[in-house]
Amino acid sequence: MATATVPQVERENYLNKEYGVGSWLLTTDHKRIALLYLLSITFFFFIGGFFALLIRLELLTPAGDLVQADTYNKLFTMHGQVMVFFFLIPSIPAVLGNFLIPLMVGAKDLAFPRINLLSWYLFIIAGIMMMHCMLTGGVDTGWTFYTPFSTAFSNTKVIEAGLAIFVSGFSSILTGLNFVVTIHRMRAPGMTWSRLPIFVWSHYATSIIQILGTPVIAITLVLVVAERALHLGIFDPKLGGDPLLFQHLFWFYSHPAVYIMILPSMGVVTEIIPCFSRKRVFGYTFVAMASIAIAVFGFLVWAHHMFVAGISVYAALIFSLLSYSVAVPSAIKVFNWTATLYKGSIHYDAPMLYAFGFVGLFTMGGLTGLFLAALGIDVHVTDTYFVVAHFHYIMVGGAVMGYLGGMHFWWPKISGKLYPEGWARLAALIVFIGFNLTFFPQFVLGYLGMPRRYYQYPPEYQVLNVLSTAGATVLAVGYLLPMVYFLWSMRYGKPAPDNPWKAAGLEWTVQSPPTTFNFPEQPVVTWEAYNYDEIDKGHKQEAQVVG
Amino acid sequence: MAGNVDALFIFLVILSGLMTLLIFSALVYFAARYRHRKGVLAEQIEGSTPLELTWSIIPLGVFMVIFVWGALVYFQQRTPARDATEVYVVAKQWMWKLEHAEGQREINSLHVPVGRNVKLIMTSQDVIHSFFVPEFRIKQDVLPGRYTVAWFQATKPGTYHLFCAEYCGTQHSGMIGSIVVMEPAQYEAWMSGGSNGPLSATGEKIFAELGCVTCHRSDSQGRGPNLQGVFGKPVQLEDGRMITADENYVRESILDPGAKMVKGFKPVMPTFQGLVSEEQLNSLVAYVKSLSDSVGARPRSASISAPNSAPDQAQPQGSKVQ
Repeated sequence: MATATVPQVERENYLNKEYGVGSWLLTTDHKRIALLYLLSITFFFFIGGFFALLIRLELLTPAGDLVQADTYNKLFTMHGQVMVFFFLIPSIPAVLGNFLIPLMVGAKDLAFPRINLLSWYLFIIAGIMMMHCMLTGGVDTGWTFYTPFSTAFSNTKVIEAGLAIFVSGFSSILTGLNFVVTIHRMRAPGMTWSRLPIFVWSHYATSIIQILGTPVIAITLVLVVAERALHLGIFDPKLGGDPLLFQHLFWFYSHPAVYIMILPSMGVVTEIIPCFSRKRVFGYTFVAMASIAIAVFGFLVWAHHMFVAGISVYAALIFSLLSYSVAVPSAIKVFNWTATLYKGSIHYDAPMLYAFGFVGLFTMGGLTGLFLAALGIDVHVTDTYFVVAHFHYIMVGGAVMGYLGGMHFWWPKISGKLYPEGWARLAALIVFIGFNLTFFPQFVLGYLGMPRRYYQYPPEYQVLNVLSTAGATVLAVGYLLPMVYFLWSMRYGKPAPDNPWKAAGLEWTVQSPPTTFNFPEQPVVTWEAYNYDEIDKGHKQEAQVVG
Repeated sequence: MAGNVDALFIFLVILSGLMTLLIFSALVYFAARYRHRKGVLAEQIEGSTPLELTWSIIPLGVFMVIFVWGALVYFQQRTPARDATEVYVVAKQWMWKLEHAEGQREINSLHVPVGRNVKLIMTSQDVIHSFFVPEFRIKQDVLPGRYTVAWFQATKPGTYHLFCAEYCGTQHSGMIGSIVVMEPAQYEAWMSGGSNGPLSATGEKIFAELGCVTCHRSDSQGRGPNLQGVFGKPVQLEDGRMITADENYVRESILDPGAKMVKGFKPVMPTFQGLVSEEQLNSLVAYVKSLSDSVGARPRSASISAPNSAPDQAQPQGSKVQ
């Protein structure tokens, strides 16, 4: 559906305005910082993915034969730490959020451009610390750092890994802070709260979690370091501490962190589905409020990670009940996305295929969450592959699918080039098939009792593990493809029109790629969000005249 | 009990299967039915509050059914039967040490008879482990510094996996063993093999060797409380609180005597932290328990108290196999 005329001569934009390393490393342009993040997290994604492939290869056979047990333990630890803290948490917010939020609300930049750059530098410092930690021996505590193993028994670089994550947390806090202030203070005239794209609402909810939750994990990791280095008795019973205190503190952040990963992805999908259905999103207010509800309730469910950890029966009951309260707004979103398709005019471009994939995988991830929140079942399947499969359906099936969908949807705006549509549809299909082949067998493995973090396993679990490993290789191809054709398109892709999808939203009213200060003049918003009826009836948005 | 877990699981599989089918067929149907056609515009729909309420309230109702059902199963899992045989479990990197109340010791295997309730009283010497028997649908983390409890009843003879389910270091996946379920007759034969005598008798010996007996006299004239009949009963503390003397209380009172002083006594008892091994501690607990047992020979505890003043202290948990 790409249409509209493309200018022959390349206009000045944020990419070609200045050249040279300095113009990138000292930039305060949110769009350039977004690209810096894109490069950094892509690097970490492939590091984490490499670890994942080694894990899957080791598990091809029941015996431990590819690597040593200690190496395996480091692999799954660092896979988790890299993917969670250095890819998933920054992914959509720091790349797409950074790029799009000022454009979507009609601002020149984020509220604090220099702090935005600072947050990238903090991320890079944390990344270098993490890489140094991994290259000089790594860490084997599991990404969860459970005490007293991490503070008194592990012989690996726990302190270094903890400090790396501590620093990366500040990067996350600053990004969240910047978004909240921008969304409150920098909206263009006429851009009321009820006219904000759901993408912005989702990031608002995400930012709240980043600001309120991240300090808790930071403090927790400092306490781990203090106990390990200074032998202060906090978590280790031998020193008078309480190991469950650690788990409470850890999950107080790390459960809401799941929503840092999934909420932005929901935001992306809520932009894509209306565009390719040519319709306003069904139940705008409910979808927006569901994001906020998820962020708030998300803080009240952490101990559902601890039903067999030794908490009291009554604590377990309360946390099980509250866990179901998060499921309601999640269900509301799925129903509204589906309803948006009703009586639409549906196109099947690659971003839409990713969005379909997201809804499917998120639904399955969410439904298996109902199993885990049920106390009697959790006792059996917690700490097994059932849990591994469940959270990968949410965090990889959901979050990464949304991330890729968003990258395809806004790639013309970001790069000024069109990606090859045929390849992109193929990649979406490969990712979907590869993902299910990798992770569906793990639900069965978990119910049959295979514990997670096992380097070797009884032979009866082999068939399902082989299926899973086969799926992982397919999935790897699916993830490599977009990287290849995105890079290819930067050089060889067709120039993108300003609004290739005829999409609603201020970001599509400016040129592709945008100029450094986004809008030639202050935009004034006089239309509602997702005004696809007006667009398709040929009513041009006022701001389009400018572009 | 495994049957109860499975029944709920199957219910959820059917329920989520139906939900997935509903969502997927709606997606596919809409995607095909409303495929873009030239000249046909989408019909704009704002939304529908009645619909939103419907698909909020109905799921909420279904969720509450799942919650209650799951909670009922969980209550069963965490309430050990009163008549259960007790086995003390000490976990360490990377093995399971098990000791029957009758005195038999095992490593990485546990022999139990069919049809008897078995209660596991567990602690760890080092990091957190987790006692997981998939076949019995039980799992309970085993923590250093306190007891946690699980229980089961095996119904079919056979050998079943015992896994450590909480990551505990290098040989985590090697910290496995087996539960050997035997016919009662075979089990009696197995039990008549070597034993050091009942755990409570070992405990009594240690109680004398460590000199506990000089203060904890059975005539209530000692400087410490008389321990006859104390286990499983409420105890009034110096600060006025009432707590139940369960395994964790006895354990704490040996290792940290000042933590919960019994009303009317002075904090004169020294700590035995570092002086007794986990196994000796288990024997002492078994001995104190046997003092509340009129039958004497095989100590059987009253059910452990309901969750009390310290909500995050280990609480009993367990399950039994159908």
